[in-house]
Amino acid sequence: MKSMVTVFLKEVRENLRDKRTVFSALVYGPLMGPIIFVALMNTVISREMTKAEGPLEVPVIGAQYAPNLIDGLKQQGLVPQPPIADPDKAVRERDADVVLRIPADYARAWTKGEPAQVELIYDSSQMGTGTSRSRLENMLKHYGSQQGALRLLARGLSPGIAAPVVVSERDQSTPQSRAGQLFSILPYFFVLAIYVGSMYLAIDLTAGERERQSLEPLFANPVARWRILLGKLGAIGVYALASLVLTAVAFSVAGHFLPAEKLGMSFDLGAGFIGRVILLELPLIALFAVLETLVAAFAKSYREAQTYLSLLLIVPALPSIIMAFMPIKPATWMYAVPLLGQQVGVSDMLRGVPVSVGNIGLALVCGFAAAFVLGLVTAVVYRSEKLAISA
Amino acid sequence: MIEVKDLHKAFGKVKAVDGVSFAARDGEITGLLGPNGAGKTTTLRMLYTLMKPDSGQVLVDGIDAAVDPIAVRRRLGVLPDARGLYKRLSARENIDYFARLHGIETRLMHQRREKLVDALEMRDILDRRTEGFSQGQRVKTAIARALVHDPKNVILDEPTNGLDVMATRGLRTFMRNLKAEGRCVLFSSHIMQEVAMLCDRIVVIANGRVVADETPDALRAQTGEANLEDAFVKLIGSEEGLAA
Repeated sequence: MKSMVTVFLKEVRENLRDKRTVFSALVYGPLMGPIIFVALMNTVISREMTKAEGPLEVPVIGAQYAPNLIDGLKQQGLVPQPPIADPDKAVRERDADVVLRIPADYARAWTKGEPAQVELIYDSSQMGTGTSRSRLENMLKHYGSQQGALRLLARGLSPGIAAPVVVSERDQSTPQSRAGQLFSILPYFFVLAIYVGSMYLAIDLTAGERERQSLEPLFANPVARWRILLGKLGAIGVYALASLVLTAVAFSVAGHFLPAEKLGMSFDLGAGFIGRVILLELPLIALFAVLETLVAAFAKSYREAQTYLSLLLIVPALPSIIMAFMPIKPATWMYAVPLLGQQVGVSDMLRGVPVSVGNIGLALVCGFAAAFVLGLVTAVVYRSEKLAISA
Repeated sequence: MIEVKDLHKAFGKVKAVDGVSFAARDGEITGLLGPNGAGKTTTLRMLYTLMKPDSGQVLVDGIDAAVDPIAVRRRLGVLPDARGLYKRLSARENIDYFARLHGIETRLMHQRREKLVDALEMRDILDRRTEGFSQGQRVKTAIARALVHDPKNVILDEPTNGLDVMATRGLRTFMRNLKAEGRCVLFSSHIMQEVAMLCDRIVVIANGRVVADETPDALRAQTGEANLEDAFVKLIGSEEGLAA
């Protein structure tokens, strides 16, 4: 026990003096996520806000053919812009989100009581133009049904005749659950913080020590190698934990800079949330520390270990990617799968759905069990003769 | 007391150590002499249990290294071929780390460290980080680190490698003092003058085998050569890999 603590304390202290380890574990890992996230969210939210509520500026071609229509749209917030020569090119090149074109025979069809055609020109492959297009489309529909009702009334008929089915929408989402959807990428940042926070240390403590030839004198001491391994894993775990806690706190602070309530959303990134996230992520700290050490023990050099671990960085991202492209219904078994359980659990917490103690327990037991098994494999690798001897 | 009985170790098809036996006694300096690649480092690595022999036995103070490697390591002070200091730690921290790994309590650790620091004349570098140390300063720190638990048996792998004349002389005096304290000192070298000057007993290794195990005088008598250098060349069978 004492020798493990000795190794642990030495590794923690020595690596606090290493700028790269400290920077990646305590600065880069925890802060990059929240900063990118807030910047991204602010841009997205404010853009959507202006598009959803502000005046809608749309170039109109042939406005002179339908003054009444234009007046009706103006009442709904349309600000007609002067016509442009080549609307197709304009939407393709994003000079305009959408262009409204009124044909010359609009008035003739209108007076004859035939459906009068208007054209919306847009490019649906352009990101972020959908809001403008659907707003304009809704305005046109609204105008159309209003005029239709007036025509029916003029003929002494109830407008209800033309609307046999009325849709009444009941959205069951809560402000918090809508925010959770927005935050679906957030669980990945926690996992990333653990991985990046522990990576350099894991490489340094095994591949690095071997490369600097200090593993051989270390193993000449009367301490079993598994005790040395445990001391090192402890140090890696502490750095990963520090990285995770800082990340969680940073997100909690960053949450205050998000105008989510403007979108009718709310979220709770308070102390309770942070505590639950850290608890749920604990097994990943052990798992990554062991996994990274195992990889570093196999690698022939520091650089090789770094390459392998950078490639492995895709692993923690997998559940987030899978969940993003094929949303599946959360089920209890998912908590038994490390990484997937954390993804599902943190997502639910963000959406305001309480995660049961049983599920958290399942994630902890299975995660630590996986780390333990991998730890045994690492201990075996640590006993090999080749480990201590640098080429 | 270190006893080695018929050690064998092969890496693939290469027989690095092919039946090495010798004994290094307390109060003596035993030199392991051989050209580069003769199997000296591999033999020593089996002694301090970093490697397991394919066959054969290592006894340190009568303890079998295969049975109780931890106890063997407790009785050994080892300066490996790889010095490997922690460059982000000071010399003092390097020494203290190993002392604690040996479970030495703080007060005793201070005593032992101070003694070694004086003996090795390394007071001026004690609180400097080892990054940027000269070869001599590195060896001093590594030796202090290896001996802080006051071991009865000392193994030094090519201790004077890369040292200048002054540092080498200082190290020789230090080794003679270890001998005077009654310790068993075993060191390897490929420099014959050094071995001849220091050793009570010389074990000559070539191609993984012991070709001689004698006192320097007996060695001269055995080969019939008045000059030690000629004696060695005759034993090893070639001049390759030996330095004067």
